[in-house]
Amino acid sequence: MTAPEAQETVEDPEQIKRETGLVVRGFSRKRLNLIPILQKVQGKLGYLPRAAMTEIAAYLNIPDIDVYGVVTFYNQFRLNPPGRHSIRVCLGTACHMKGGYIALDAWKRRLGINPRETSPDREFDLDTVACVGCCTMAPVTVVDEKPERQVDPTRVDGLLLAFENERKAREKEKGEKS
Amino acid sequence: MKKAEPAAVAAAFNEIKKKAGARWGNLWQDRPVILVGAATCGRAAGAIEVLDTFKAEIKNRNLDVPVIEVGCMGHCYAEPLVIIGKPGQPPVCYNHVNPVIAERLVKEYLLGDNPSPEFVLAALEPSEALPSFQDFPRAQYERKIILKNCGHIDPTRIEHYIAGGGYAALVKALQMSPEEIIEEVKKSGLRGRGGAGFPTGNKWQLCRNARGRPRYMVCNADEGDPGAFMDRAILESDPHSVIEGMIIAARAIGSRYGYIYVRAEYPLAVERLDIALRQARRKKLLGNRILGSDFSFDISLFQGSGAFVCGEETALIASLEGRAGMPHHRPPYPAIQGLHGKPTLVNNVKTLASVRHIINNGADWFAGIGANGSSGTAVFALAGKVVNTGLVEVPMGTTLRQIIFDVGSGIPKGKKFKAVQIGGPSGGCLPESALDLPVDFDSLRGAGAMMGSGGMVVLDEDDCMVEIARYFLEFTQKESCGKCTFCRLGTKQMLEVLTEFTRGEGKIEDLDNLYKLAGEIQAGSLCGLGRTAPNPVLTTLRYFRDEYRAHIELGRCPALMCMHLIAYYILPHKCERSCDACVGSCSVEAISPNKKRIKVIDQEKCVKCGKCLEACPFQYNAVVKLTPPSEVPAR
Repeated sequence: MTAPEAQETVEDPEQIKRETGLVVRGFSRKRLNLIPILQKVQGKLGYLPRAAMTEIAAYLNIPDIDVYGVVTFYNQFRLNPPGRHSIRVCLGTACHMKGGYIALDAWKRRLGINPRETSPDREFDLDTVACVGCCTMAPVTVVDEKPERQVDPTRVDGLLLAFENERKAREKEKGEKS
Repeated sequence: MKKAEPAAVAAAFNEIKKKAGARWGNLWQDRPVILVGAATCGRAAGAIEVLDTFKAEIKNRNLDVPVIEVGCMGHCYAEPLVIIGKPGQPPVCYNHVNPVIAERLVKEYLLGDNPSPEFVLAALEPSEALPSFQDFPRAQYERKIILKNCGHIDPTRIEHYIAGGGYAALVKALQMSPEEIIEEVKKSGLRGRGGAGFPTGNKWQLCRNARGRPRYMVCNADEGDPGAFMDRAILESDPHSVIEGMIIAARAIGSRYGYIYVRAEYPLAVERLDIALRQARRKKLLGNRILGSDFSFDISLFQGSGAFVCGEETALIASLEGRAGMPHHRPPYPAIQGLHGKPTLVNNVKTLASVRHIINNGADWFAGIGANGSSGTAVFALAGKVVNTGLVEVPMGTTLRQIIFDVGSGIPKGKKFKAVQIGGPSGGCLPESALDLPVDFDSLRGAGAMMGSGGMVVLDEDDCMVEIARYFLEFTQKESCGKCTFCRLGTKQMLEVLTEFTRGEGKIEDLDNLYKLAGEIQAGSLCGLGRTAPNPVLTTLRYFRDEYRAHIELGRCPALMCMHLIAYYILPHKCERSCDACVGSCSVEAISPNKKRIKVIDQEKCVKCGKCLEACPFQYNAVVKLTPPSEVPAR
């Protein structure tokens, strides 16, 4: 499970540096703080952009590549900004045997992206997760931190429709305001 | 280290215990209580809505009934679960509770006197009017020791744990010398519950005797096996039992500082551990001079970042040091040279949760449970095609058949048992003929599987054994850290071969290549991930060779699971002209009626999700799966 999603992703390099600087100052300059720092920065920015990684490397006085190596080793860290909604398909043993791969196929088909990618409109990001421990409700998809039970292609369409309606409502509201 | 002043420690604890007991000791006696199971599994089933409904109802009606959020009761098949206790009556456990039922329970059972048997799973104690857990067949085999508190105490209140006898073992241990503690654990025969089964007492001794200071105590809560959730349930439901075990272990090895390495994928466990640690510090059960003795110990939480290999102890230590979690060669063992090069004791959650029971009840009591050189109980996460999914705790030596058919109530929908996958990606698939094997550390090895950390997935006739082998290999291949060539490249090769099999593109000589590769990966890998990665393949090859041959030689998947080897087909003579159920169910619009209004699947468009088969009304039953796909008649 990734850290809580940031409301709006930060993409301005200057702001990234500033935000990262604020986080790292809470830690001592020890290598063993690297992973907790990365977790906290990702919690704030939603992802780990290059500017943040170099900032952290400079603070801990370690080569940039060491930070990049750790970031790419662990599944939790992401290099691209997350979407507004996170879709994580459980592929634990029970979910897989009960059709988790069919659900993943459906998500891939509908969103047009592969796992660990974000849709071009930044609405959704797709990922798989090894097991969320809700094996009795297999196959499970965790949608925005909420595990959805028995997700099959029809349910995928239903969930997407709900998001689409929500988006339309949001846009309508915006239109009325302006 | 000299012994702490026993009298002062005991007095300090008695003070705490008295206070806790006054509030929590007679919870059931003087007023009704509602417990709502709200671990991750319960929450996913809607426990939070149920909890809110109870709270609102109690408030609106001005009742004096505490509503307590507890952990996992183990009966995951019946979530959300609620226990309602009324003075003078046995507490009753309700299953599949939703907000509507919750409202009714308040009205009819709390205010009225009708226990609403239609929603009852069972009473916790024998009762005349209702079935009780003691009547269930599983009661004959189950023995809850580690899981005893789970689902019955409030994990966010240390007082509740203490009132139930918690931290008494710590007080006892503080009055023992470290050597006495180690001796007791050795005598109990406790073995590491992470899967390897190394004698815990010996590990402690090794670490205590090692040169170098400081020494570190690490709890390994990086439970990564897909299909295993025992550690998560314990951490979410009874975090103090693990913390108490850690403090006792730290005293035994002479450590002042410890870490709990917990998966970041378990946010609720992290939250509850954090609360538990702070409460323990406030009660002086953790930190400087514990309970006024001369022993000091503190614990930090460290969140793992999603790498399966970090469950291996040397990789876990690398991760704690802020590096990529790659294992290194052993020896030196972490007990001699671990975190920052210092002696480090790494123990699994369930190992540590067992410690307090050994200290409380004595080594002989613990050694008397279980069999065949494995003492104590085994905790399993039972999942897959079994009726009673959930957590199971049985004495070591219980047979697989007893666990699956008596505790788990067998296979649902009258299907036939095919295999049980035990031990996750490191374990194997055992067929019906192995069901009478006792579950302990050593017996399963001979059959090619291992007990592992406790994942148990039951497979029925609809599950393809080639596919499950491929699934586990895909997992280990993805999670291989890449350090050892044979593990990095060998698993990739094996996966390719298996993927070809599931697509019907395999060659029969590849079966021999699989054996060869498996042997080389086992021999050429440093850590348990690589050494055990071929197990799922080897066991399925050993017990289900026919299925492999069907895939390779006939291009058939006998279990009708492998997507590339099956096709969905609507039998024209069974299809009902007036029914359109399948057309609407298809999410890719692959089904359309022909001139005679008989529905036909466009095989080019079909994604083989199986929705049409589910949608077809049972009285027609017109949709079938065919293997190989060439069985579908040409139009």
